[in-house]
Amino acid sequence: MSANLLSIADLGAEGIEELLRLTDSFVEVSERPIPKVPALRGRTVASLFYEESTRTRLSFEAAAKRLSADTMSFSVATASVAKGESLRDTVVTIEAMGVDAVVVRHASAGVPWQVARWVGASVVNAGDGCHEHPTQGLLDCYTLRQRLGSLRDRRIAIVGDVRHSRVARSDVLAYTALGAHVTLVAPPTLLPPSLEGWPVEVSHDLDGVLRKVDAVEVLRLQHERQIEALVPSLREYTATYGLTRDRARLLADDAVIMHPGPMNRGVEIAAEVADQSRSVVTRQVANGVAVRMAVLFLLLGSGSIR
Amino acid sequence: MVRGGTVLDQLGRRPADVVVTDGVVAAVGQGLQAPGGARILDAGGCLVSPGLVDLHTHLRQPGMEEAETVESGGRAAALGGYTAVVAMPNTDPPIDCASVVRDVLELAAASRWQVFPAGAITRERAGERLAPMAEMAALGVRLFTDDGAGVQDSRLMRRALEYASGLGVTLAQHCEEAGLAAGGHLHEGAWSSRLGIPGTPAEAEELMLARDLTLSRLTGAPMHFLHLSTAGSVALVRSAKAAGLAVTAEAAPHHFTLTSACAASYDPVFKVNPPLRDAPDVDAVKLGLADGTLDAIATDHAPHPQEAKELPFDQAPPGMLGLETALALALTELDLTVEEVLALLSWRPAGIAGLEGDHGGPVAEGRPANLCVIDPAATWVVEPDRLASRSRNTPYAGRRLTGRVRHTVVRGEPVVIDGEAQR
Repeated sequence: MSANLLSIADLGAEGIEELLRLTDSFVEVSERPIPKVPALRGRTVASLFYEESTRTRLSFEAAAKRLSADTMSFSVATASVAKGESLRDTVVTIEAMGVDAVVVRHASAGVPWQVARWVGASVVNAGDGCHEHPTQGLLDCYTLRQRLGSLRDRRIAIVGDVRHSRVARSDVLAYTALGAHVTLVAPPTLLPPSLEGWPVEVSHDLDGVLRKVDAVEVLRLQHERQIEALVPSLREYTATYGLTRDRARLLADDAVIMHPGPMNRGVEIAAEVADQSRSVVTRQVANGVAVRMAVLFLLLGSGSIR
Repeated sequence: MVRGGTVLDQLGRRPADVVVTDGVVAAVGQGLQAPGGARILDAGGCLVSPGLVDLHTHLRQPGMEEAETVESGGRAAALGGYTAVVAMPNTDPPIDCASVVRDVLELAAASRWQVFPAGAITRERAGERLAPMAEMAALGVRLFTDDGAGVQDSRLMRRALEYASGLGVTLAQHCEEAGLAAGGHLHEGAWSSRLGIPGTPAEAEELMLARDLTLSRLTGAPMHFLHLSTAGSVALVRSAKAAGLAVTAEAAPHHFTLTSACAASYDPVFKVNPPLRDAPDVDAVKLGLADGTLDAIATDHAPHPQEAKELPFDQAPPGMLGLETALALALTELDLTVEEVLALLSWRPAGIAGLEGDHGGPVAEGRPANLCVIDPAATWVVEPDRLASRSRNTPYAGRRLTGRVRHTVVRGEPVVIDGEAQR
């Protein structure tokens, strides 16, 4: 593993496996009465969030704290960005304060790559525009493995706004690296213009796909205004691509239902479906902390986690 | 006196010395005597060509002097072998009336570089009302364009073509259908999809090109097409020329040397408009340059300050430097003879710009001495910090190229000697 985590593609199957194994240990740590280890004592992790995201930021900060790292938090609303400071100046300034890792979230694809060129600290991509969200990809793999065991030859459907989804891009790379068969299900307007090089199948028939899969991942409809231009209406979207109660009955009893959150209940997923025992939405969040502990530990740690 | 080289122009190739007096070629021939007190430029092993002519330079003045000025851009041009450049009108204010044309001409005169402003087709380049083309044409403007954007309104474009034909000037289009291109920052395709960056489809360029070819047929007015970048565009121009339309077209060096895969680094230095396309487009552009479908190589030299190119990819402005690397890229990357490359860089663009009286050769007695002495075998490495432009946004940093400008002579003045700018 390099000193950065920018893309799932950098990890390969072996890197993913290593992180998932490490996550097991941190899940165990999280279940202790005092869920904390001294592994990153004296290290500093800065979170640099140029886009609102409560859950990912809290998850990274919880992960850093459980590893005993110091944390610094930088959010757009209160920051020098509002005073016109450039991205480069901001990250160089933060690095000058002595940080070992920078966790970056930005609405523009590629910003973590730019940041990595400017700083020597480790850079973790916490979501860049419509590109990638590698720790989400890892925690989705981890969560699925808890339910399904190995992902090899498992069939997974990813449903919804793949075009704008960084989760989908990371998940496709991660699931297929672990040997799963992925089917993207969406209207053509919500798929990327080209799927050249993507090891996936595509379907526009959600009912048919649901009957055959081991897991279905429902994507959030992210940009409601954009979506309105890409599908005739949210109502029609829900009718054709929403995981409604009726449609969820087509799934096998032991199929897994996932959603990266936050959910638009009643739009891409029915409230009752999200709350079914087959749904692992809350489990995804819990695993997120352990996965991010594994990532930070692997990037910054040198010793044993015990 | 340029001594010991091989003159190469539209008349062919011949070993000859060139004697220049008072800014004019006084003699061309072998074994000429240098006049008393003459400065001798050694051209041994070199080609002596008419100076290059760039149809597409953004000099950024007035308004964006941090990025480039007429002075700095003129120097960069001279180092690249250019003796004349056409300055695009998307300045601030835009070159859309006589007074701004006069401003740029004054800057050019003060800098003593040969800069020829293009005028805007519409006021403020807003695509709504015709700019006063006659008053600009009266000051010598031969080429009009809203470059940076295409004229979207078909009726307005038709009127512009009709009006221009009465002035004997040429309209040049930046082909980009705004609706289809909206929100794009990269060529739409495998890379934009993978990288999560919204793309601009090739068809956004081809759609406007096809419309304009139709309008050129309707009005009988000649047109020039800027920076064509797709295989479809090359095919459209090829068939339009076969049908006898009076159209010309150019391609930029980055469109025959780089592809959209460069954006995988997310470095905005690779962001340009039209965007870098895919390998089949690169091949088609090369073929178009080889078979005469594309008439000229034009740089689309587009300087931007460092901070602008450190924005996120989707916020950074499009554009790349080009003046100091175009000739070497063409010599290195195109499967063409030097004669063919120079035709694309010198005499053909001179004709399109209406500058053939003074620029683009031939190298003959009585002609203005605008010359470029090229060492076709010299290799060099592009170093951004050594460029004369005020900006550094070259996508070719570290690239090894073959072919180098040794001397440039503008109106008899040696402005570049042994690769060094003299002013």
